[in-house]
Amino acid sequence: MKKLEIIDVTKYFDELYTLENISLTLEENQIVSIIGPSGSGKSTLFNIVAGIEKADHGKILIEGNDYTGKTGRVSYMHQKDLLLPWKTILDNASIPLMIKGIDKKVARQQAAPYFSLFGLEGFENHYPHQLSGGMRQRAALLRTYLFAKDIMLLDEPFGGLDAITKRKMQQWLLSVLKNLKASILFITHDIDEALFLSDKIYVLSERPARIKAIFDIGIPRPRDNSTFTCEEFVSLKEKILNLL
Amino acid sequence: MKRLRNTGNSPYTFSILNIDLLPVVFTTFLILLWEVITRLDLVDPFILPAPSKVIHTLVVTFPLMGQHMMATVFEAVVGFCIAILAGILIAIMMDKVRVLKRIFYPLLITSQTVPIITLAPLFAMWFGFGYLPKIVIVVLVCFFPITISLLKGLESVDKDLLNLLKSMGASSWDIYKIVKLPAALPSFFSGLKISGTYSIMAAVIGEWVGGRRGLGIYMLRVKNSFATDRVFAAILVIVLLSIGVLKFIGFIESKAMPWNKEIYGLKKEEE
Repeated sequence: MKKLEIIDVTKYFDELYTLENISLTLEENQIVSIIGPSGSGKSTLFNIVAGIEKADHGKILIEGNDYTGKTGRVSYMHQKDLLLPWKTILDNASIPLMIKGIDKKVARQQAAPYFSLFGLEGFENHYPHQLSGGMRQRAALLRTYLFAKDIMLLDEPFGGLDAITKRKMQQWLLSVLKNLKASILFITHDIDEALFLSDKIYVLSERPARIKAIFDIGIPRPRDNSTFTCEEFVSLKEKILNLL
Repeated sequence: MKRLRNTGNSPYTFSILNIDLLPVVFTTFLILLWEVITRLDLVDPFILPAPSKVIHTLVVTFPLMGQHMMATVFEAVVGFCIAILAGILIAIMMDKVRVLKRIFYPLLITSQTVPIITLAPLFAMWFGFGYLPKIVIVVLVCFFPITISLLKGLESVDKDLLNLLKSMGASSWDIYKIVKLPAALPSFFSGLKISGTYSIMAAVIGEWVGGRRGLGIYMLRVKNSFATDRVFAAILVIVLLSIGVLKFIGFIESKAMPWNKEIYGLKKEEE
């Protein structure tokens, strides 16, 4: 089933094209990555899907319904954790529920059971600065998940982490997704990351961003460390490297 | 990267109970010097009374000064509270409606260049010699630092964070309640501390023009009778009151922001 469709989206700032005729499909329970050079307008595309920015042309369909320019449907995660330093992790995770109008106490009760799944058990009452970078990103992902469980937009979520933590987080993400039933649109400029996580990869060109190529990634799951060295991975990586 | 700082210990090498002794020692030295100069009769006591004499006068005349002090504190507190309300209101309005900022911001800045002391006689003409003109002056002096610091705090919130909340469908009120107001608190409190210290002084300036009660009026009277020691005693009271206000705001600040102050220190280091 098609969860999210981006149809022919075009966006320009002043006279300058940022996005040109971007079309993309995210199937249910898939991870689709968008890979492209920095500044190619990937984040603008996410803002459009999230409804924060308006496209000059094109449509956003979610489960077949038109959501162009509407906020509050899909959840969004940024490279920065954007956790509020004055709130505990539990209260930070409860924010999306409170925005939906759920009472603070009830919101906390609803958020608390997910802490063990996200590897944050025992840190409910800690403040963000007391956590490591990886844990903060997990907390941010939990907050994203609590907002919209079915479609998540992840904008370079592990981009600010060191290489070792990043690798761990990717594996953790795949393991946790087995229990979540979420469809994910993932922005990255890390080819390894895209190949490791995705079912499908869209390669964008430099500004103006156009879709240069689409790859279906058939690498069998579950994926682990050996995935990075398997034949399919290496040959796909070479193809993408040649494109960029 | 996070650098662990030894926040538990005093940052000073010369301290007791985390109080830096260096300024204490220096100030004590200055006061002693002053005492010695006056004891040696180098200066006429009408010009400069000895610190010990000032303290003595303060104790003796305190019952008399009490009612004046109460009047000044009353004006300062009422004016300060109005200034806080006005400051919050103006800052939020200017932050929310950009047109209002464009219209009022230059006016706000210009208003601060008018010497308040020259307005005091005018206010007496307009509002009489009661509490009102004094309170108006306190409000005028105090609202500006509060407004500017709160506005800056509201504007400095991370745009990505605001976008994140908007993408969740947060209303404008949600955004203020959840992010903007708490994020602006540290900046708001630094404005409050500046205004708070000015509040007592502003009331005294207002009283300088005339009236029935207040430290300003008391000072004017004792100055006219050349009781320099009493002038100094009144100054001492004003200084102590102002420091009291500052400490009180600091106390409220630590209660209002139970999350650690060090967060901001750490964040700055990371950036």
